[in-house]
Formats: sequence, structure tokens, C-alpha cells
Amino acid sequence: MTATLNQAPPVSPTDESPAPVASPRRGGGMNSSVILAILVGLIGIALTLGPVLYLIVGGFRTQGNLTSNPTGLPDPWMWQNYADILKEGIFWRQLFNSLVVALGTTIGVVLFGTMAAYPLARYRFKGREVIYLVFVTGLMFPLTVAVLPLYFIIKNLGLTGSLWGLIIPQIAFALPVTVIIMRPFLRAIPNELEEAASVDGVTRVGFFWRVVLPLARPGMITVGVLAFIGSWNAYLLPLLLLTGDAESMTLPLGVTQFQGEHASATTLIMAYTSLSMVPALVFFLLLERRIVDGLTGAVKG
Amino acid sequence: MSTIETSGKAAGPVGDTSSAGPRNVSPDLMAMRRRDQRRKWSEIALFTSPALILFALFVVFPVASAARYSLYKWNGVKKFSEAEFIGFENYTRALWGGNDPATQQAFKTAYSEPFWQAVGHNVLIIVASMAIQLPLALIIALILNRKFPGRSIVRVIIFAPYVISEVIAGVMWFIIFDPYGIATKFVESIGLSAPDGGWFESQTWGIWTVFFVVTWKYLGLAIILFLAGLSGVPQELQEAASIDGASWWQVQRRINIPLIGPTIRIWVFLSLIGSIQLFDMVWVLNRGGTQGQYATIATFMMQFGYFRKDVGFGSAVAVIMFLISLLVAVGYMLTVLRRDNDNSEVAR
Repeated sequence: MTATLNQAPPVSPTDESPAPVASPRRGGGMNSSVILAILVGLIGIALTLGPVLYLIVGGFRTQGNLTSNPTGLPDPWMWQNYADILKEGIFWRQLFNSLVVALGTTIGVVLFGTMAAYPLARYRFKGREVIYLVFVTGLMFPLTVAVLPLYFIIKNLGLTGSLWGLIIPQIAFALPVTVIIMRPFLRAIPNELEEAASVDGVTRVGFFWRVVLPLARPGMITVGVLAFIGSWNAYLLPLLLLTGDAESMTLPLGVTQFQGEHASATTLIMAYTSLSMVPALVFFLLLERRIVDGLTGAVKG
Repeated sequence: MSTIETSGKAAGPVGDTSSAGPRNVSPDLMAMRRRDQRRKWSEIALFTSPALILFALFVVFPVASAARYSLYKWNGVKKFSEAEFIGFENYTRALWGGNDPATQQAFKTAYSEPFWQAVGHNVLIIVASMAIQLPLALIIALILNRKFPGRSIVRVIIFAPYVISEVIAGVMWFIIFDPYGIATKFVESIGLSAPDGGWFESQTWGIWTVFFVVTWKYLGLAIILFLAGLSGVPQELQEAASIDGASWWQVQRRINIPLIGPTIRIWVFLSLIGSIQLFDMVWVLNRGGTQGQYATIATFMMQFGYFRKDVGFGSAVAVIMFLISLLVAVGYMLTVLRRDNDNSEVAR
């Protein structure tokens, strides 16, 4: 769905007011709405975390315990479930694959996307708007439509089962959003800087590397984070391109593969799924502000 | 070197050399300008070509190929050059079972009915998103749009499911909604009974169970987007209204909801497109059901195009899906979103 974000403003004006402190200064009526907000917040937290906790705790159960007493504490605690997965190489291997694909995709998207957006933002030439329009229409081309032919293209290139076969099309499909988000960022760089640079004898290519890239960092982080999440969660393309060998799979595909292999051992599946969730959640907690700002900024056209 | 730089400077920072010079210029200057032009174009080529080449090879070309495949009977195993050209037969087969009276009835059961069933599921997801997710997210956002203890933690946690992949969310809920799982135990404990045949397999409830899981994953995004929109509404407006005696609901209805209209309309757009292309989650949930109880257009396409090796037919379905989303997207942009863009142009 991230393929359909609208034009972005350079800055994301999300609220930065940090104080989660109750301010009951506006009369008694406000207090009930504070209580209502807390109540709704608590329900929201419970509905969000409940299933996740059930999954994580379920990973510690025996199969019998899951059927007989699914809501109580595990008895006995099967640390073994998690330990076995962590001891076997396959989980780490898939984690590593996901990381390589996501990083490769992100670097490619940010670099090529910013490069393409640069002349589209700062040069005046015939055909500029046409090229821009090509990328805008690109938003309308979903991966789902292209996926069958892509499978044959990648196969013909001999890249089936290789992570490159995944990275390259993912970059291509993330480019439109990137170009559209980056253009206003690059446009916002003051012309005076470019004039000053050219007086100092810096070429425009040099200006791009030394001035534009550092200044456009907030935008690049936004598109980078979007591309990273998109790649990390991707399923359809890996499903077609990485079949067969579990060693070459990314995590989402690995989860379904594991699910298929251990169909009767639900608690093991729960452990594997819980572990696969951890990296995304850590990444999210570290970059929460950036992700939310990036998304809301990208959507609030 | 230095001549180029000075001329570049004279031409202005945006690289517009064509309009800068006077009418009568010396041949010397002309040559310089030409060189400058060449240089500009090579820079443009340098910067845009990686993106354009990737885009052409891995986005435009495959989409065009899908359109081509859709006109052939091809199993994807033999060479495409040996595939049989059959015109629009794949399309007619999906839409009404084809034009051949001998096979029409059989094809209707095998292709056309499951196709329309899948389309119906996408439509149901869209309608339910607008009728249930939108008001729910809006009312929650309005309630949470104030200072209260623990506000930031609530926001972080509510948003978290959006970052979890559809696959993980799908597997998680598949376990919870197991016919003998905790969801069944829960409803039985309050005196109800789970749907016959299981939560997902039920002919009536399967798609609603899927909708529930989709809502779990995407409601937080909607709430956070609306909250971000609400934070842009000037506080003074709301205060002034409540001083004038407006009730909480009046403030929301007359001030907050209209002012975050653009955000709501963008969310509707994202939701429409996402609903039409819904794939990962449904596929993980047992590939749309043993009898396609909750299959979507995308899973239907994969079922035929990839797993049953009917690439031509799968591509036709893909093209139909593409046309539907294009129609919806363009129509929505021209009618609804256009107004927002016009307004923001004026505001700037």
C-alpha cells in the first residue's frame, strides 16, 4: 500500500508537544474526557498487545498445555522451544537474508531515487514534467500485476533464488514514491547555495554530492524507512522467487515455510513467529518518531 | 574550466541557459552555450538514467508483458513463442465463462464464479472499511486528541501492528482463530458458539474474520494519521467554540472533522487501493480458504497464474485488477482529491 502515498511536504508537521500531563484547567467537564481518553487508550493497548502476548507466551507452552489451558501461565515453561530455534542456523540465516535484502533495497532506492529527483527538482529542461509524470503513473502499477512476468524475467536472468533477484525489482517498484517525496525536498534547497558553490568552482555534480545529499537527509531518511519496512515485510515477490531452499528465504517466507513443516506443533510455530516479530518491533521502537512522521508527512499532501 | 563556471553562473542557478543570453551574441559565446547545454543534458542523463532504466525494465516491461501474456494460452513451462494466441478468451472466461457454448457452463463453474466471488470479497472489504474502520478510527482519534497521562505510549502501541508484516499478523491470527483455538473457547465461555466449520472456513463468516484481522493491523495507521491531521487544527478555534457553548460533539462535527477532511480523503484513497490489491494476509490465511471462502482477486490470480500454471489466464485477471484500481484511483483523484489539491495550491 505504500506505493500510493501522495505528494509530500518537505517537513512533517506532526505534533511535537511532549507533555502527556493532564491539564484540568478548563473546568470539570474536561476531566470526564480525560478519563474517556485513558479508557479508550487502555482498550486499544489491550486489543493490540493481547494477541501478541498470547503468541509470545504460547511459544513457551507444550502442545498439551495449549489445548488444556491456553489462558493460564505455561506449565511447564518450554524454554526449549525458543532455544531450539535460536540454536538452529536457519532462523539466523533468514534474518540475515531479510536484512541484506532490506538494506540493499533501501540504499538503492534512496540513491537512485534522490539522483532522479535532483534534475527533476532543480534543472529546467524540455521533457522534465513528462519524466516526472512517468514516475507518478508508476504509482498506479502495483507489484501484484507485474509479478507473474517478473518471475519469468528474473528466471531468465538466472537470478531465481538469489537475493539480487529480489532487491532489483523492489528498488524499481519503490522508485516512484521516492521521486515524488524527494522532489519538494530538493526544490527547497536555496538557490543561493548553488550560486555560492558555483562561484567556488564546484560543478553541479559535485554540488549534488557535497551539498544536496547532506541537506536532503530528512527526506532521504523518510523514504529510506518506508522502503526498508516495505522490503522487510514483503511476501509476494519472495514467494515466487525464493521457493524451495529455506536457506535462501527471507523471514516472512521462512515463517510460512516453518508453519507448513511443523503443522502439528502449534507452539513451535508461535515461538518462530514471535521471534520473527522482534526485529521489526525493535526497529520500530528505535525509529518510532521517524516512521510516524515520515508516514504522516508523506500522506498529508 | 573557469569559463564554463562563469557562464553557468550567468545562466542562473536552475540551469536555464536558453532564456538568459541577449539576442546578438558572438560565435564564441554561442559555442560556450552549446557546450553548456551538452553538459546540462549529460548531467540530466547521468542523474535520471539509473532510475529510468530500472523502472522501464522492472516495472513498465513486466506490466506490459502481463497485458501480452493475457492474450495467450500459455502454461509458463514451454517457450512463450510456442504459446497459442487466443485473443480475449482469457478475459471472457473470467468474466462469463467464455463464448464457446460447449464449455461455457463448465468454465463458468471453474473460472467465472470463483472470480466474481473474489471480486465480491474485495468489494466487501472496501465497503466494510468505509462503513466500520473509518468511523471507528475517527471517533477513537477524536477521543485521544487531547492531553492525558500515557498519551505517547498509547500512540506508539496502537500504531505498532502497522509495522508487523501481514504474514506474521496472519499466522498469529490463524492460530488464535483455530477451530479449537482460544477464540472458540472465548466465545463458548460467554455462551455463544463459533461459526460452523471454523472461523475462516465458514462460508458466511470467513471473509468477516479476514476483515477483522485486516482491521487489527491497519486501524492504528488510520488513527495515527487522523491524530496527525488533528494536531494541525488550531487550538484557538476549538477553545473559542467551547467558550461559545458548543458541546464536545458540536466542536468535533463542525470544526475538527471538516478541517481534517484532506487527511480522511487521503486515507480513503490508500484504503481503496490497498483493499483492491489485498494479498499477503489472505494468502497466509490458507490461500483464501479451501473453497475460496475469502479469496481476493490477487490470491485468485496467484492460484491460477502460478500454482495452476495458467499464466495467460492469471495475467488476464491481473490486468482486470489493474484496470479496476486504475479506474478507482483516477476517478477518485479527479473527483474527490482534486478539490484538496486546488485548495492547497491557493493556500500556498
